[in-house]
Amino acid sequence: MNLISYLRSLGARFLHRSRTEKELEEELSQHIQLRSKELERCGFAPAEAERQARIEFGSSERFKAECREAMAGTFLDTLLQDLRFTVRILAKSPGFTAVIILTMAVAIGATTAIFSVVDATLLHPLPYPNAGQLVQVVDDLPGVGAKDVGISIPEWKDIEGSGIFEYVAPIGGGDVNLTGLSQPTRIAFLNVPTNYFALLGIKPALGRTFDPQDKTPGFTLEVVISDRLWKEAFGSDPQILGKKLRLDNDLYHVIGVMPPGFHDPLRTIQQRNTQLWAASGFAAPPAPPPLRSSRFIPEAIGRLKSGLSLPAAQSRLDALVVALRKQFPADYPMESNWTVRLIPLKESVLGNSRESLILIFAAVGLVLLIGCANVANLLLARASARTREMAIRRALGGSATRLVQQLLTESIVLSLLGGVLGLAFLYCAEGLLLRLVPESLPQLNTVSVNWSVLLFALFLSVMSGVIFGVVPALQAGRADVGGVLKFEGRNSTGSRGQARTRRLLVISEFALALVLMIAAGLLLRSFWDLLNVRLGFNPNKTMVVRTWLPVPNDPSTDIYGSPAKEAPLLREILRRVKTLSGVEEAAVGNLAAIPLGHTRPNLNVFALIQESHEIARDQAPIVNGSTVTPEYFHLLQIPLLRGRSFTDSDDDKAPSVVMINEAMAKKYWPNTDPIGDRLKLPIPGNPSSLVWNTIVGVVADARTESLADISTSQFYFCAYQRRPRDLAIFLRGRLDTVVIPSRVREHVQSIDRELPVFGAETLDDALSRSLIQPRFSMELVGLFAFTALLLAVIGIYGVISYIVSERRHEIGIRLALGAEGKNILRMVLRQGLQVAFAGAIIGLAGAFIVSKLMAHLLYDVHPNDAITFFSVAVLFIGVALPACYFPALRATKVDPMIALRDS
Amino acid sequence: MSEEAELLPGTLDLLILKAVSLGPLHGYAVLARIEQISGQRLFVEQGALYPALFRLVRQGLLKTEWGKSENNRRAKFYELTAKGGRRLRQETEGWKRLASAIGSALAARPGEA
Repeated sequence: MNLISYLRSLGARFLHRSRTEKELEEELSQHIQLRSKELERCGFAPAEAERQARIEFGSSERFKAECREAMAGTFLDTLLQDLRFTVRILAKSPGFTAVIILTMAVAIGATTAIFSVVDATLLHPLPYPNAGQLVQVVDDLPGVGAKDVGISIPEWKDIEGSGIFEYVAPIGGGDVNLTGLSQPTRIAFLNVPTNYFALLGIKPALGRTFDPQDKTPGFTLEVVISDRLWKEAFGSDPQILGKKLRLDNDLYHVIGVMPPGFHDPLRTIQQRNTQLWAASGFAAPPAPPPLRSSRFIPEAIGRLKSGLSLPAAQSRLDALVVALRKQFPADYPMESNWTVRLIPLKESVLGNSRESLILIFAAVGLVLLIGCANVANLLLARASARTREMAIRRALGGSATRLVQQLLTESIVLSLLGGVLGLAFLYCAEGLLLRLVPESLPQLNTVSVNWSVLLFALFLSVMSGVIFGVVPALQAGRADVGGVLKFEGRNSTGSRGQARTRRLLVISEFALALVLMIAAGLLLRSFWDLLNVRLGFNPNKTMVVRTWLPVPNDPSTDIYGSPAKEAPLLREILRRVKTLSGVEEAAVGNLAAIPLGHTRPNLNVFALIQESHEIARDQAPIVNGSTVTPEYFHLLQIPLLRGRSFTDSDDDKAPSVVMINEAMAKKYWPNTDPIGDRLKLPIPGNPSSLVWNTIVGVVADARTESLADISTSQFYFCAYQRRPRDLAIFLRGRLDTVVIPSRVREHVQSIDRELPVFGAETLDDALSRSLIQPRFSMELVGLFAFTALLLAVIGIYGVISYIVSERRHEIGIRLALGAEGKNILRMVLRQGLQVAFAGAIIGLAGAFIVSKLMAHLLYDVHPNDAITFFSVAVLFIGVALPACYFPALRATKVDPMIALRDS
Repeated sequence: MSEEAELLPGTLDLLILKAVSLGPLHGYAVLARIEQISGQRLFVEQGALYPALFRLVRQGLLKTEWGKSENNRRAKFYELTAKGGRRLRQETEGWKRLASAIGSALAARPGEA
């Protein structure tokens, strides 16, 4: 009812404007006529009666205006008026308009671009139905300081059967050889239980996924393949379903193809780009016997029963753990204090990208704020030119609110135009943006300019318009009309207040820009330190080429099933690659031996049981182990400190030996010599049977596990006593990086033509790859900081120029009275530097807080690093100085005659 | 002292609703009706009537229709809507309560407080 009359009123106003006007006119004149008739009846002469009626009625124009206002849509009508006026005003000063629109386009475009990344990663990290119920299930042994130790099959069954979860899926996998195509290919695969896709809630694009009820203990021999594998290896064959694939020599058949955008919600890039999924019950070969203490599955995810909150699930799980510890005291000794932890899957996928992203987003947000401050400054400058216009409009009856509304409309229109242009930039540069985003960011969703991004850009534009428009608008609304008209806008109190506002704006610009510069400086220093750490190994002139030995499901068909069977292959590979031109040294190791080359969590960790300090396996600390041939240490130039290195005769017939690094020696043998002590470690292929290995040598520490951490404990097996499946062939010399990979492939495949050869790269490349994420943060924050500095400098230049032009008259008098140019220069410079110093001090205080928040992202740099703080502050004053100097110089060139005549 | 009472702010709308509730009227007649039913004691500034009428129409309390006036000319007639009737009853109640409260307050004698 109300709405209908409102709409009718709106329609009368806008759709039938002329009719409404005519009727209004008719109604009022009708009133006057009736009144004058009545007056005639009272004895007035006709002409006199009409005059009297008009006088009694009052100003009909005023009442007409009031009637119009009483109709609906006044707001809309004024808005349209304001818009028309805005367009006229902006078109009158195209240069000014263009500068503002461009500033806003860059600021809004950049902020929106970063938002699109944040939207696809931080805000919507998991593109699965009811993703809030997805968790990571993590076993910890806090009693022995071990975290995230993997999960065993009986534990999985108990946890899944507890009623807390819809499904729980332990996840294994790695690489598998796909043979039978033109080239044997190594592809990333996941070994999942049959419930995996049901757990995620994702349907295939073609065919079906595994049946969650399938209880096959071993591999089901069914596989689901990725859209990429389907397109690249099978040319999008529509007949793919049912096709047989040979994987590590076993035959599987394809039952489904996943949709193009599907990614696994796991922690590493390789896992997220899985090409093939094979299901198994993990309870038959090639899986080891399902013992409770054999946590050979590196990770597990689960879907909580719907409606169950994480804290509730965790407390029920805690109760289950207590019961299990009572039931199996031998498997869960008190000392190890076994616990199971649930982490929202979102968090485990995001990992430490969250902090980097928030930092980058905050940085670009600050740039936007500084941009707004700059535009506000420009508007203020123009407002002083428009003071007269405003004063006249006020004097003619324009209300202050109406003027503020008009000016705000102007600024929002400017900002929206900037936003549109910014989006246009973004749209053109989307491909470039995507290439900038590091692969290591967990983008399970594709980064794109979607509706929520567009909505964000709109919101941002309106907000920025209000932010930069509100101060100039309010100031114009406050203007002292009489004063302005009397002095014609010169020397009025309004302009003094304006100078103060502009100084404040520039001070805040400086403060914000300084915070950003310090953040960027800290990241830069931290990155620089990472680049220049003493690596402990020499990555120059070295290459690594990967290969993979198949693991057939039936161990008896494994032609590399024991160290004795595999060692000849390793020796033959070494003998052949050494003959390649340029190769001076060669070694073989497993993937864990590749410096900084880790692609999976928990792949190469072992419980450390020392003979000199024997403890139960479950209480043992966890250390990293890798497998190498004797040449490895010399090739990477990791020096031997004590004992001996491996030799060719450390094979399956000799006693098992290991080498350790110095960090491990210091940590676990603080007062004794580790040489000769023995470690109890699993035999190859069976994680549950342990044998003793003698420590024969200690090598120096190398940052092979993590660039940031040198003190990671690390031990090495001799490759001839193990049977590593994942092989890395290391080469050193004057290598032709283009030719080497195919030469190595020829040689390896002439030994066994089923072996894939892939992943050739120089160690220098591997090193820089491990720096992608810190580099990404540093570069973006650095770029934004530079932009912020530029804007702040433009800001201070503008405000000093303004002050100079405001005081031209005064300066002219001073000069006329004999003041020296030097003194004028000093006076103006002092004003500028006051602004810069004030900004710097506030900025330093802000940076003090911000840098603490980003401590996690820094390596080896104290968050309040004095050098960074000091040098950035000096840089700031350094750039502020010339920005103030040039307008100040102009002040000394004021011609006293002209300045005085002007007033 | 004049016989005319000053119109309290906000009472014009109430008077218009009351006037129109007795039958559809055009603008001039609304004015005449108010003067008539108030016993010639309330006078409304003539032009100010129209913005008030427009406002009430927009609020859905009155509706309009063009018809013939007594001098046989086209005129816009205002009529009370159902919602307008409800509003009139509410406001009348409110006004009576207020008037009696103020009346008794002003009738208070010294010593009664």
